[in-house]
Amino acid sequence: MKPETRNPKLPRTAADFDAKYTAHLARLALTPDEEKKLGAQLGQILGYVEKLKQVDVTGVEPTAHAVPMVNITRADEVRPSLPHDEALRNAPKQAGGLFIVPKIVE
Amino acid sequence: MLNQLTISELTARLARREVSAREATQACLDRIAAVDGRVHAFISHDAADALAQADAADKLIAQGGNGASRPLLGVPIAIKDVLCVKNQPLNCASKILGKFISPYDATAIEKLKAAGAIVFGRLNMDEFAMGSSTENSAFGTTKNPWDLSRIPGGSSGGSAAAVAADEAIASLGTDTGGSIRQPAALCGCVGLKPTYGRISRYGLVAFASSLDQIGPFTKDVRDSATMLGVMSGVDPRDSTSVPQRVPDYTAALDGNIKGLKLGLPKEYMIGGLDPEVKAAVDAAVKQLEKLGAEIVEISLPHTDHAVAVYYIIATAECSANLARFDGIRYCARVDGADPIELYSKTRGAGFGPEVKRRIILGTYVLSSGYYDAYYLRAQKVRTLIRNDFLKAYEKVDAIVTPTTPTAAFKIGEKSDDPLQMYLSDIFTISCNLAGIPGLSLPCGFTKNPKLPIGLQLLGKPFGEEAILKIAHAYEQSTPWHKEKPAL
Repeated sequence: MKPETRNPKLPRTAADFDAKYTAHLARLALTPDEEKKLGAQLGQILGYVEKLKQVDVTGVEPTAHAVPMVNITRADEVRPSLPHDEALRNAPKQAGGLFIVPKIVE
Repeated sequence: MLNQLTISELTARLARREVSAREATQACLDRIAAVDGRVHAFISHDAADALAQADAADKLIAQGGNGASRPLLGVPIAIKDVLCVKNQPLNCASKILGKFISPYDATAIEKLKAAGAIVFGRLNMDEFAMGSSTENSAFGTTKNPWDLSRIPGGSSGGSAAAVAADEAIASLGTDTGGSIRQPAALCGCVGLKPTYGRISRYGLVAFASSLDQIGPFTKDVRDSATMLGVMSGVDPRDSTSVPQRVPDYTAALDGNIKGLKLGLPKEYMIGGLDPEVKAAVDAAVKQLEKLGAEIVEISLPHTDHAVAVYYIIATAECSANLARFDGIRYCARVDGADPIELYSKTRGAGFGPEVKRRIILGTYVLSSGYYDAYYLRAQKVRTLIRNDFLKAYEKVDAIVTPTTPTAAFKIGEKSDDPLQMYLSDIFTISCNLAGIPGLSLPCGFTKNPKLPIGLQLLGKPFGEEAILKIAHAYEQSTPWHKEKPAL
């Protein structure tokens, strides 16, 4: 298992971006080479986005969606849904109409 | 050659029974066989299925079924590999989806089929639509039909190349930061990104949900208007689709742009803009003026921050959206001792480098302690960028810019420098952040080598009619859209 917590010795700046820890949060296995390369590239990209700190955003509301729409609901009606075998069609492993996964609870 | 026709030309000939849908489809399939080994616009295509759809279209035509309700009857339209087409493969140009077969149609696909289109092919793209060159595809790079040593643009590079090379009458792509307009510009076709919410995203594999839109690649502006009309409209399966009236977009194409006000943003005339691109855009602006438009200089002061805002918001949303590719319900699974190990191994083996880069960046900007500094701040600057546009639209009807700072670059030229690649999207990114419509159409060529140059028109929210009208008037007064690559 990867470390569950961030290395506390690392300062929280873009230059010291912790690729290993972030990859663990993303559930993404990286090779040591990928880790090194990504760390350097993302340090550079994070350096570039630092420029946003110069913008005065006092009193500005965030935009989550360009065309804000709220409380979109659909009629509470029973409609046809994907048939069971269709939903399982792309499953890597299945049995008895279920997705098969590794053991979760000891 | 039937594969070279536009939608309006082909449907007119089908209506006169001069040709059949089967002949038109076969012409596209023959063209694919002849050139796609070099262009590689398609990941795959199902010829038998396309011909079966063509025969069904011919039957309907024989019964007089090609009325106003089926404006695409018998027209072969190819699809980017990010949209679900029932019983066809879906890979998003990634290894991770394995042998995935779509169990249903995307709403845009349903609408194309209902309008009579022959929906065929899986067009190449950057993996999960992340990239500007198609070099990030797990299925190989698409080549620019104008110069096979150059990229076609991306992420919808296959969609642009297929239309430019006449392998399809039209195609569908998606645009999150320029992925329709940039490849349309670099391959010399018309590409339209509609207003956010204009076309349902149901059945589109999400990259950045607040930015993604589906749109058409066509050989002329009229075809773009036709396809937009077919695909637009609210959809209960996409709660972000907007219940706005769908006009007859082709009715706006009357050639009359007298008195329309066009804004030229001073921030877009930057260093790094290629002199030939600048000259072509300047000439296009003069032509629009000659056609009766009034040119007004405007300012979009937060332009310089758009790329940074985009790469925070888009990666944050992608890191959440791509969490579903975990090897449980679908994907090429790599086994692990426990579910977490299974997820990590499956994703580590399945995703390519650019997708990994963006998932990691997005995870980082959303992680504890960084959310306010990156994501929330980016969303606030996004508001300022959108406000720049809304303020400009108080004075002008549309905005004119280059689509890209340069013509198509060489394969491999920027693939080792992600930041340089991101900066090539500088003119197209703001449009998605603001949620407005944008269209790219041909406005000339570089001299040596001869490569297409794109003109971008940005409209008001739901102002597609105005930009289509302007684009059409310009197109009909210039020769660019008639040029074909020598393949």
